Amino acid sequence: MSASLQPIAPNLWSEGPNPQLLGARDASGKIVFPIPEGEAANDVEVIKLSRTGTLWSYTKQEFQPKPPYDGPEEFVPFLVGFIELPGEIIVESHIVETTLEELTLGMKMELVISAFDETRSMFAFRPEQPNNEVVR
Amino acid sequence: MSDVYIIGAGIHQFGRTEERTGRDQGVFAVREALKDAGLEWSDVQFASGGSHAAGKADIMLNDLGLTSIPFINVFNGCATGGSALATAKSAIAAGECDIALAVGFDKHPRGAFAADPKAYGLPDWYGQTGMMMTTQFFALKMQRYMQLHDISRETLGKVAAKSFRNGEKAEHAWRRTPIDLDTIMNSQMINDPLTKFMFCAPAEGGVALILASEKKVRELGADAVKISSVTIRSRPPGSFEVYAPTIDVVNGGKPTILASKAAYEQAGIGPEDIDLAQLQDTEAGAEIMHMAENGICADGEQEKWIAEGRTELDGSLPINTDGGCIACGEPIGATGLRQVYENVTQLRGRAGPRQIKNKPKTAYSHVYGAPGLSGITILEV
Repeated sequence: MSASLQPIAPNLWSEGPNPQLLGARDASGKIVFPIPEGEAANDVEVIKLSRTGTLWSYTKQEFQPKPPYDGPEEFVPFLVGFIELPGEIIVESHIVETTLEELTLGMKMELVISAFDETRSMFAFRPEQPNNEVVR
Repeated sequence: MSDVYIIGAGIHQFGRTEERTGRDQGVFAVREALKDAGLEWSDVQFASGGSHAAGKADIMLNDLGLTSIPFINVFNGCATGGSALATAKSAIAAGECDIALAVGFDKHPRGAFAADPKAYGLPDWYGQTGMMMTTQFFALKMQRYMQLHDISRETLGKVAAKSFRNGEKAEHAWRRTPIDLDTIMNSQMINDPLTKFMFCAPAEGGVALILASEKKVRELGADAVKISSVTIRSRPPGSFEVYAPTIDVVNGGKPTILASKAAYEQAGIGPEDIDLAQLQDTEAGAEIMHMAENGICADGEQEKWIAEGRTELDGSLPINTDGGCIACGEPIGATGLRQVYENVTQLRGRAGPRQIKNKPKTAYSHVYGAPGLSGITILEV
C-alpha cells in the first residue's frame, strides 16, 4: 500500500508497522468501536483491538451503492463481512485479498490497512496468512 | 380497556403511480376505507398517520375536509403504520373518541434505499465505504443463519416464488406475474446469497383503516375485526440490527422476539392459534428468519415447512398471502398497514382468489426495520 494514502477518517486504527483498530471501553466495561464522539466520549478508555479474529458472516456487494457511498468512480464489487474479535466486539469491515468462494464462517482473519480509492486508505480484514506470526 | 375494532379498510394500488403523490395515494385509501365502513369523513373524530419519505400526513385534511379533528403525524420508519394504528386504537380505548383513522403512505425513488449516516448517529465513513446498506444487512444475517441452521439456497428461491404466485391473486400487488424458481435462482446476484428476485423493491402505495369502539360497532352493525394486540419494540442490547457497524460479542435478544412475545401475551393466545401471518419480507431470507423470531417454528424447521408447502395459501399456516413486500414492493410508511389490510380482508372472507380456506379466525402481522424496531398486530374475528 502506498504510504501517500490518507486514512478515510482519523482515529480508526493505530499507526506503525502492525496497526490495530482503536476502540474504547466504556464505564460499564463494554467495548465499543469506533471511539465515541461528543458526550458519549466521556469516561471511556481508548484501547487497541485484536488484529485477528474469526469470520462471523460475509457477503459481496455486487451493485454500486447510492451516495453517501464514495468509492472509486469505476465501481468494483467488494466483499464485506463481520469479524469477531474474541472477547471484544464483532466489527463490520471490507474483506480483501480473497474471493467469496473461499470464505466460510469461523475462518481466521487478520487486519490490514488497504487502499479504499486512489487517495484514501481504509481498514479491512483478509484471511490470516500462513507462516505470518501476527503481533497482538 | 375496552376492545377496539377495524370497521373499514382501504388501499391504493402498490407499485408505481407516477401521476399521484404519495400523500394523494393516502387520501385515495382513506376514501376507500370510509366507503367500506359506510361513513363520511365528518364522522371521523381522531386521526393518526404518516410516511417516511412522502411528507406529513395531516396535510391530507386539506383534501379530506378541515374538520378540526386532532391529527397525529407519525414518523417511525417501518413501524409508522403500526404506530399510527397503536395511537388510534389508544384514543378509542381511552374513551376519547368512537371513530378514528390510521393511515400510512409512501413514495420512494427507484433503487436500493440510501440513508444519511448522521441521521442514524453513525460516522460518515460508514456510509462512504458502502457498508450502510439494508440489502447487505439482510444478506449478512441470512448467510450466517443458513449455515448455522441448514437452510438451502433453493428454499430462499421457493419463498420468493410463492410471493409472486400470491401477488398474482392480489389486486393491490405490484408484481402480478409468477416467476419460476430457476429464474429467481439465476437472476442477478445482489448480495450473496440473495438474488434480485428474492428482494422487495422500494415502491409506492397507501393504506387506511377506520377504527371504532365496541359501542359504535353495535350501533352501525359493522363487519368488524377485533384488534387483539398492537405492540412495538425497539432493539435490546446485543442484537444484530440494520445500520450497525458492530455487534456485541454477547448475543442478546431481538426486537421482533420481544414485540412478538408481548403481542401473544396481550392477545392471550400463542403461535399455535394463528391461522395466517404477514411477516416482514424485505427479502426471502427475512421471511424465513422471521418465522422463527415470531415463534411460528424453531430455527431450522423452515427448510421442512417450506418443502412441505405449509406456508402456501392452502397450507397449514399461510404466510404473506398477498405476496408480501416481495410482490407488493416496500413503501415504508404503508407496509405495516398493508399487512393489516390483507389480514382484515382474509378474516372477513373477502380475499377472492387468494382467500384461505376454513374461515380464518386469527391473523398476525409483523414489520421490522432500521435502526432495529419491530411492530406486531394480532387481529381476531
